[in-house]
Amino acid sequence: MIKREWIYGWLLLLPAMVFLFAFTHIPAITTLINSFYSTPRGRRPAKFLGVDNYERMLADPVFWKVLWNNLWFAIGTIPVSVGLAILMALWVNDRLAGRGFVRMAYFTPTVLPLIAVANIWLFFYTPGFGLFDQITGFLFGWSASNYLGNPETALNAVIVVTVWKEAGFFMIFYLAALQAIPVSLKEAAQIEGAGRWIIFWRITFPLLMPTTLFVSVNAVINSFRLVDHIFILTDGGPDNASSLLLFYIYETAFRFWETGYAATLTVALLVLLSLLAIGQFFFFDRKVHYK
Amino acid sequence: MTTASQETRCGKAIHLEGISKTWGGAVAVDGLTIDVPAGSFTALLGPSGCGKSTTLRMIAGLETTDSGAIRIGDENVTRKGCSERDLSMVFQSYALFPHLSVAENIVFGLKVRRVARERRDEKLKRVAALLGLSALLDRKPAQLSGGQQQRVALGRAIIAEKPVCLMDEPLSNLDAKLRHEMRLEIRALQQQLGFTMVYVTHDQVEAITMADQVVLLNKGKVEQAAAPRHLYERPSTPFAARFIGTPPMNLFPAEIFGVLSDASDLTLGVRPEALKFSSEGPIAGTVRAVEFLGADVLADCMVAGTGFQARLPAANMLAPGQSAQFSFSPEDLHVFDTASGRRRDDLQTEIGARLRA
Ligand SMILES: Nc1ncnc2c1ncn2[C@@H]1O[C@H](COP(=O)(O)OP(=O)(O)OP(=O)(O)O)[C@@H](O)[C@H]1O
Ligand SMILES: [Mg+2]
Repeated sequence: MIKREWIYGWLLLLPAMVFLFAFTHIPAITTLINSFYSTPRGRRPAKFLGVDNYERMLADPVFWKVLWNNLWFAIGTIPVSVGLAILMALWVNDRLAGRGFVRMAYFTPTVLPLIAVANIWLFFYTPGFGLFDQITGFLFGWSASNYLGNPETALNAVIVVTVWKEAGFFMIFYLAALQAIPVSLKEAAQIEGAGRWIIFWRITFPLLMPTTLFVSVNAVINSFRLVDHIFILTDGGPDNASSLLLFYIYETAFRFWETGYAATLTVALLVLLSLLAIGQFFFFDRKVHYK
Repeated sequence: MTTASQETRCGKAIHLEGISKTWGGAVAVDGLTIDVPAGSFTALLGPSGCGKSTTLRMIAGLETTDSGAIRIGDENVTRKGCSERDLSMVFQSYALFPHLSVAENIVFGLKVRRVARERRDEKLKRVAALLGLSALLDRKPAQLSGGQQQRVALGRAIIAEKPVCLMDEPLSNLDAKLRHEMRLEIRALQQQLGFTMVYVTHDQVEAITMADQVVLLNKGKVEQAAAPRHLYERPSTPFAARFIGTPPMNLFPAEIFGVLSDASDLTLGVRPEALKFSSEGPIAGTVRAVEFLGADVLADCMVAGTGFQARLPAANMLAPGQSAQFSFSPEDLHVFDTASGRRRDDLQTEIGARLRA
């Protein structure tokens, strides 16, 4: 009798498990295995190399460069986009005329595909007659500047685009969280003599903590995951100045066709991401108030 | 600087002078004029939607007034923000900060006003002891029962010893027994600390048992403002008569009594508990249903197309369908002008005498 139920149970689970294994677990494990092998070429099959690929990675200056870039990219995008998202959500949540329109305007970048966003910004950044150059040229008489072609500014230019794209998306989460906070809490704080600033830091912000945790985990993952716009804007250049880890993995695997080494880099990325996610949960856990 | 204990002894009086509030064309509060004496307990009573909460929120400064003036103490606070009005408030939902502990909730206002730590702790200890919260100070609101949460909200309201305290249906989320206990507790607290209380409720029992003054509101206007006893004994309108007392007062058009056929512009009121069985009584009705209440029975009767109720000692045996006659003493008769809704005490003796004849 019990055996029969087990069989039913497994049969019911089977379809989901097949897909889960076929598309998630098996590729992940294959990647892990491949990372210890050389790249198979023509008739030469993959050869077991042990940790050679990992040693190569640690000695690879481009790997360190893109990792460093990625760190800057994360530091540049996450706090700003989260901060902007909170500001916009507070603003849109207020009783202001035409807030439906403002809400939609803020959300628009999220709806657009990242590739389209990158194309729009490509125009903004174009040297000479791009939007920025026209404005700075008109206001301050600055000469044309190549934001995307200069190693100093290329990464920052990419960061700006990412913030613009992400803040609106995070705003929606904050807006939902804000609307779940009862108005009477704010009123009670007002009666107790608290001003806007104190209400925000002592009431609103702590109550938004679960959202902040969720959003920042997402933002961290996105900072390693979203590279579409780099293809359009800079193609990682100049001299890898705006290349990120995932972009480098793509290049290694599908431009240089070094799939073994790319698998190694992928494992490094996955380890990094899991460490970050776990770290964030521990860091936030003490500070987050869950209902 | 005055010391805290001096402040608490003297609540401030509140004067509302013709305040109004309109929500997009719908009048919620319509020229209210109310005097709340210093240190008194005033209940704002009325049916749902009559503008009680709106009035309270205007006193608190959470809502602006469209017209009229609000004075607290000697100060005109009509245009002032709620933090400048020097009052405290207990919300119907308690509005406790869910991420703060009981202690932090209670001292929130003191912290905002940067009261020194020792003074804060000392006050917290006193308030916690007063409200029986000493063992719960480290808990979060979600870990408290409804009654305990209610007490925390009270603690937050009284710790700063403000001269005025506002409450909006603070007991409506509690069960009947707890409600009764909290009623006594709030009243005792108010008398002990001496602040001025404005208490919103739609429950007439709550208003009558707690308040020094009951302000009965109807459709945004004051129907009657009086001491509970006065309100029960001499309601100034049929609305007040039926709102206060359970079951409500019986109202009869005067012309259904043969002797009063000339007084068709009057409405007569008699409370169910004032009716007595009497074979010569002026009200001759038919019993429709009898409800057993324990010590009493409530007889639902009919006279000339008008329903009324009589509360009688349970010893009386009544059966549906039976006819019964009721009398009442003349001082229990309430006479109202039907058209204007005014109380006509000048006619009470005359009408009473004519009914007995
Ligand atoms: N923010 C608002 N916007 C529009 N109309 C409102 C608002 N607040 C209250 N009203 C209206 O004003 C009237 C009075 O409302 P109020 O909340 O003061 O009633 P109340 O006496 O407190 O009723 P209850 O006993 O149900 O709480 C109601 O008709 C209500 O619909
Ligand atoms: Mg209300």
